[in-house]
Amino acid sequence: MNNRLINWFKYASPQSFYPLAGKMIPWFWALAAVFGVAGLYIGFLVAPTDAQQGEGYRIIFLHVPASWMSMFIYLVMAGWAALGLAYNTRLSGMMAQALAPTGALFAFLSLWTGALWGKPMWGAWWVWDARLTSELILLFLYIGFIALQSAIDDPRRADKAGAILALVGVVNIPIIYFSVKWWNTLHQGASVSLTKAPSMAQTMLWGMLLCALACWMYSIAVALMRARSIMLERERHTEWVRALLGGKSANQE
Amino acid sequence: MYWNSFSEFLAMGNHGVYVWGSVGVMALLMILEPILIAQGRKSLVARLQRQFRAEQADTTERREQGTRRSKN
Repeated sequence: MNNRLINWFKYASPQSFYPLAGKMIPWFWALAAVFGVAGLYIGFLVAPTDAQQGEGYRIIFLHVPASWMSMFIYLVMAGWAALGLAYNTRLSGMMAQALAPTGALFAFLSLWTGALWGKPMWGAWWVWDARLTSELILLFLYIGFIALQSAIDDPRRADKAGAILALVGVVNIPIIYFSVKWWNTLHQGASVSLTKAPSMAQTMLWGMLLCALACWMYSIAVALMRARSIMLERERHTEWVRALLGGKSANQE
Repeated sequence: MYWNSFSEFLAMGNHGVYVWGSVGVMALLMILEPILIAQGRKSLVARLQRQFRAEQADTTERREQGTRRSKN
């Protein structure tokens, strides 16, 4: 028990997290590729057509994973931010900063694929519907977080300011998720939920879940890559970065 | 396999533009993002190494000057 506790804290320091992340990144890339190929194969080559929407429904295999990730990454980012505020650990701010651009990417992709799905199905690229609007707000929250962090020179202060913004913005996540229930929206209800059996064919469901898993693995790989760069940048005054990049010459000092 | 021909696959039942427009942009961005991160990392590492080397040269020079002065 005691051992495990010590190990966790060991990896909370950038110095030991950096090589660990470096080892894990190729595995997450491999998993992302495997899940992605399997998911797209099922979604685009095996799954039958949708009775109501025709072939255009296949955007679901991109749209739903992107939307899930945009919300989930925000929760993880806010979680790191909260940890950072509570324990003042260096790693927390770095992880939150590493996740934000990928979250913004998925929020944008969710809106983009949604627009391309909405046009043939609803006849409009965009409507000011509760779900679409709250997802747009999510994108703005990500952009706001990135802008706020980069506007403050001192990284520790930037982390704190960003953390508060991230935590306040968390209220938007349940609004996005439940918007289709709370309001009368043009956006369709959830096809997959935790509480009831999914209202879609098995093959479609599997295709979608595999694509979602691929996006998960992608997000972890990309966030770890970015976190490693942030670590080097922020810890450049420390001995371990010097030893890592300076090679033998640094040790002679 | 669900499709009868490749052209049918491309047409996506007249929704080709929307489906492939989604696939294309998503694939592009998800390929671009890791490339940009890797490039940023490369230039960061180069910059830090340059900086460390410069500091190193600075300190050795100062040390040499110091020894020269002590010999005198």
